[in-house]
Amino acid sequence: MSRQHLVDGDRIEAERYELEAAPAYRFAPSRREVFRMLGAGLLVLAVSGGAENAAEAQESGGGGGRRRGRNDAAPRDIGAWLHIGEDGTVTAHTGKTEVGQNVRTSLSQAVADELRVKVNSVRMVMADTDLVPYDAGTFGSRSTPAMAPQIRRAASAAREMLIDLAAATWGVDRAVCVAENGAIRRNDGSGTAPLAYPRLLQGKTLSRTIEDDAPRTPAAASSVPKVDGRAYVTGEHRYTSDLRRDGMLYGRVLRAPAYGAKLKSADLAPAQSLQGVVTVRDGDLVGVAAPTTRAADTALAAIKAEWETSAQQPSERDLFTRLRGAGSRGESLTGGAADERLKGTYTVAYIAHVPLEPRAAVAEWSGDRLTVWTGTQRPFGVRDELATAFGIPAARVRVIVPDTGSGYGGKHTGEAAVEAARLAKAAGKPVKLVWTREEEFAWAYFRPAGVIDVAAALGNDGTLAEWEFHNYNSGGSGLRSPYEIASRKEEFHRADSPLRQGSYRGLAATANHFARECHMDDLARAAGADPLAFRLKHLKDERLRAVLLAAAERFGWEKRRKAPGRGFGLAAGLEKGGYVANCAEVAVDAGTGQVIVRRVVAAFECGAVVNPVHLHNQVEGGTVMGLGGALFEAIHFEDGRLVNGRFSRYRVPRFRDMPAIETVLVDRRDLPSAGAGETPIVAIAPAIGNALLDATGVRLRALPLVSEGRMPAPV
Amino acid sequence: MPDTLRIKVNGKTRDIAGDGERSLLQVLREDLNLTGTKYGCGEASCGACTVLIDGEPTRSCVTPVGAVGGRAVTTIEGLAQGDKLHPVQEAFLEADALQCGYCTSGMILSVVGLLRKNPDPDEAAIAARLQGNVCRCGTYPRIVKAVQSAARAGRRAQK
Ligand code: FES
Ligand code: FES
Repeated sequence: MSRQHLVDGDRIEAERYELEAAPAYRFAPSRREVFRMLGAGLLVLAVSGGAENAAEAQESGGGGGRRRGRNDAAPRDIGAWLHIGEDGTVTAHTGKTEVGQNVRTSLSQAVADELRVKVNSVRMVMADTDLVPYDAGTFGSRSTPAMAPQIRRAASAAREMLIDLAAATWGVDRAVCVAENGAIRRNDGSGTAPLAYPRLLQGKTLSRTIEDDAPRTPAAASSVPKVDGRAYVTGEHRYTSDLRRDGMLYGRVLRAPAYGAKLKSADLAPAQSLQGVVTVRDGDLVGVAAPTTRAADTALAAIKAEWETSAQQPSERDLFTRLRGAGSRGESLTGGAADERLKGTYTVAYIAHVPLEPRAAVAEWSGDRLTVWTGTQRPFGVRDELATAFGIPAARVRVIVPDTGSGYGGKHTGEAAVEAARLAKAAGKPVKLVWTREEEFAWAYFRPAGVIDVAAALGNDGTLAEWEFHNYNSGGSGLRSPYEIASRKEEFHRADSPLRQGSYRGLAATANHFARECHMDDLARAAGADPLAFRLKHLKDERLRAVLLAAAERFGWEKRRKAPGRGFGLAAGLEKGGYVANCAEVAVDAGTGQVIVRRVVAAFECGAVVNPVHLHNQVEGGTVMGLGGALFEAIHFEDGRLVNGRFSRYRVPRFRDMPAIETVLVDRRDLPSAGAGETPIVAIAPAIGNALLDATGVRLRALPLVSEGRMPAPV
Repeated sequence: MPDTLRIKVNGKTRDIAGDGERSLLQVLREDLNLTGTKYGCGEASCGACTVLIDGEPTRSCVTPVGAVGGRAVTTIEGLAQGDKLHPVQEAFLEADALQCGYCTSGMILSVVGLLRKNPDPDEAAIAARLQGNVCRCGTYPRIVKAVQSAARAGRRAQK
């Protein structure tokens, strides 16, 4: 088995499961093209680093044709652009996608703040590969840290240009001009009426390129509600699965009965004979398209297919042995038989993202040009997948991502997009393909399963002297312990995953934090120390200390009162520039062993808080999702088939699973904002695991902790 | 020859061609272009497809359209009165009780049904009645707040 050892946790790429293909083509419009698209007015291009020609170009006279400078071609690394039309319409373009993290709102808010206009007057054009600059994707909590400041700077540059325009119009010093309510006003007591932006931009074609390293304007904190919230509560918002095109058919794809099964034969004739049905056999893809979903289902069922299944199909029972590879338990740890270190082996199951909107795509061909609407976190990546699949230049593929029914790292790939496009090509009509929930479970990808071996030793003074940590398969992010340890060895080992795995909210940090923070509690016990005091004693990182103390204080850690069947636990960690600490209280029924998480406190810090309500919501959402993976979510599989690959058999957190959740936001105005989509999830499982240990004396080392909702019976 | 069915949706009578075995969910979405009702599981386990039938929250994914008969179907599109949002819609906006919003229409209709039966539900009653509605984005705590504030608004309106 080939396997790569990565020794230094710091060097491990956090996004190791990303499919990072180099973009074959980048949209680099000239300024003229942008003006043609959006009309005259003012344009600011925000360049992410290394703009060679960050010069200002002013073109007057509205046409902009003749006096076009040599900088007309926009630099290649544009991150975003912002346009203010002659009528005052503000439009900002970015490749980010809205998947429920409310990035549309936070970006609109950034623009509105800087331009001194109302939030609802800003239009965000997002994730349409024909209309926005190239973007690697919306993941890794990078939307806020990278995009919001860029957009903000573009808007602030635009505001300064408007001030310059007004100052020139009035013939006054720009220092007496201020932007306010969509206009420039004079504060020199002259009584001159303010000039609204449209007045200033009438007949102008102005553009400017700004670089990424321009000084950062600290964002003011404010809580703007979801910008288009009304469209969601009225059902008007159209997700991909809600779109329709003229003459559109509904597609279905034939799936293998097990992973690795090969199609031997397929008789399409019975399906083909049904009215209005188009059948497709294109290499390994067999599918149908029909006027209704019901007709497509009927047609699919009519196809007679024979499959060849190989004898050796993966099953859950030998999963962890397989992931750890040939080495038997404990062998990977460097100590021999006389090793007296405190040891533990932790496991995490595969889990599914279960985005409530399954994968969906609508594909439409027009000659050799392809347009696909699809819910993905990587529009440009999917565009390249499509271009490759059909052997056409990426420039002829347009991917549009309507605001999507969530992703959690689960929608980075373009399976549905490619399938819909193949069906549409064969049908000669637009085709919508919405994966069934069962397809979404089986044919998307999972959060990696993993095994983690830990061995640690305390010195005579009760401090942590030695730390050895091996993660098999689940990933390297969050591998490195934040605690001060004299001697450490932390390794991530790749393995052959029997199931398709990929990115997930929090990535491997959840697994690594689970093992580490449980083990830290065991060490605290061994040292006879309080879990909080033990952690603080080994912690120099003041940001991590701060969230730990904030969580402990809100929770009343010092005042907690032991009672039978009651337990308290805490855990902390950092990931992707965010710091989180959780305290949890559990109740365990003495008779049935039933576990109830009663209360969770989450303290979170990710730099300056931009929108406190949305940040609060993201932390809360991460906490809720984390509860599922901590307590009961697991994919079960046998002989290459999922045992519980449907909604009714895969338990996700519901209303009754909710503890009282309290969120404490630590605001660091002096630090740049990092994303909050992922980190809040990482410490919840160990906090609950530690609370269960406190309540019962039993250490559970497998995620999910209590898949049946109760403590395992003592053996 | 496809027979025709007649159903009443959001106060309008609609003729549906084709067989009565099709799910109400598919008919709403595909025939009537009422796509606010969502597919999430197809087996009555997630609540995304919830509509009201004679005021009762019902999973449209497992309801054959032929079984609806003359009863009144209300979808999310039929809840607001013109421009005026239903108090539960208002409450969801106010409490920011949505992230991606995909669960929202089913949630809102379930809440409308809940408040009709119990105008003053406590947290346990809310959790019990909404247990069948999943929000994968984890907005449950805010949904509970939204329900309570909608309930308060409803009680004020009663007085
Ligand atoms: S789609 Fe009907 S309950 Fe899930
Ligand atoms: S808001 Fe995304 S599922 Fe509820």
